[in-house]
Amino acid sequence: MKYVARIEVTLKPGHIDPEGETTRNALLELNYPVKSVRVSKVYRIIFETESIERAKALVEEMCRRLLANPVKDDYEYSVEETEP
Amino acid sequence: MKRGEIRVCIIRVGGTNCDAETKRSFEDLGVKASIYHVNEIFRKRELLAEHQILVFPGGFSYGDYVRAGAILAKTIMARIGAEIKAFIDEGKPILGICNGFQVLVEAGLLPGLNGISQYPEAALATNVPSGYRCMWVYLRHENSGKCAFTWLIPRGAVLRMPVAHAEGRFVLPKEKDLFNRLIGNDQIVFRYCCENGEPAEGRFPANPNGSFYDIAGICNPDGTIFGLMPHPERAYYYWQLPDWTRMKNPPRYGDGKLIFESIIKYVMKKF
Repeated sequence: MKYVARIEVTLKPGHIDPEGETTRNALLELNYPVKSVRVSKVYRIIFETESIERAKALVEEMCRRLLANPVKDDYEYSVEETEP
Repeated sequence: MKRGEIRVCIIRVGGTNCDAETKRSFEDLGVKASIYHVNEIFRKRELLAEHQILVFPGGFSYGDYVRAGAILAKTIMARIGAEIKAFIDEGKPILGICNGFQVLVEAGLLPGLNGISQYPEAALATNVPSGYRCMWVYLRHENSGKCAFTWLIPRGAVLRMPVAHAEGRFVLPKEKDLFNRLIGNDQIVFRYCCENGEPAEGRFPANPNGSFYDIAGICNPDGTIFGLMPHPERAYYYWQLPDWTRMKNPPRYGDGKLIFESIIKYVMKKF
């Protein structure tokens, strides 16, 4: 079965996000009433495995082993079947 | 072991840009240093065991995609994790400079509180203030002498080296008591400080990246794996110092030499 995962990696709450703050300042310069900006990274991963349970387990592993550093990042994902 | 028998393995990948200076610094001290592309090590896995010192030099690796150092770290541990573990178990020193420090943290080799960790136990996060900083900083040596890379340097000594990075802010997980263990194990090696040695206390520019507790470099509990953000290989010769032309009697070497000399003397003593 072919699956597509959408993984979003964000900085944990409370962690300083200098990229977000710089972007916020720039948006304020442009006169937008911005309160806060947090930057996150999105991965779209297509892969094959036997079941949706296995697919979710693999994505969880990918996040923990490579895509997120558990010290500073949170992650969330959705996995669904896609056209072969 | 005699100085001339010591072999240094310097690993490079696409993006590494401090390998040549690192090799030159080692060779100036009379040891043989070789630069290998990481794929050479993957093809010939026994190569690593022929060396006594392993270095991950500065620069970038694999475009620093995902996170700085993450891809090289995971690839190394997946492909030659057993060889790396054997290297560490023999007490052979591993040095990570700048991107190399990021690699060691992402690989779970540093802080290494419980040996090699499958997941990173710390992070080198984006600088605060944000941006790439290339500047000279002062470092206070905090280690009591077990760190194989700094044991020739007295505790409390102030060294000067340049930093050049955008992700060097050392952070530990908030919920765990890792910091006390780092202190207890004497794992904090260098802290950013003012010229007179007073703590930077997180203030820019003495602390160039907002690093927690002004941490610039740490070692593992055994003192055989060491990572630091500043570049000792860019502070090796006197002519690399920013102000040598203004000095009446410039020294022959910069402070970076102390790191290389310490590692070599450690290997000469131990093997």
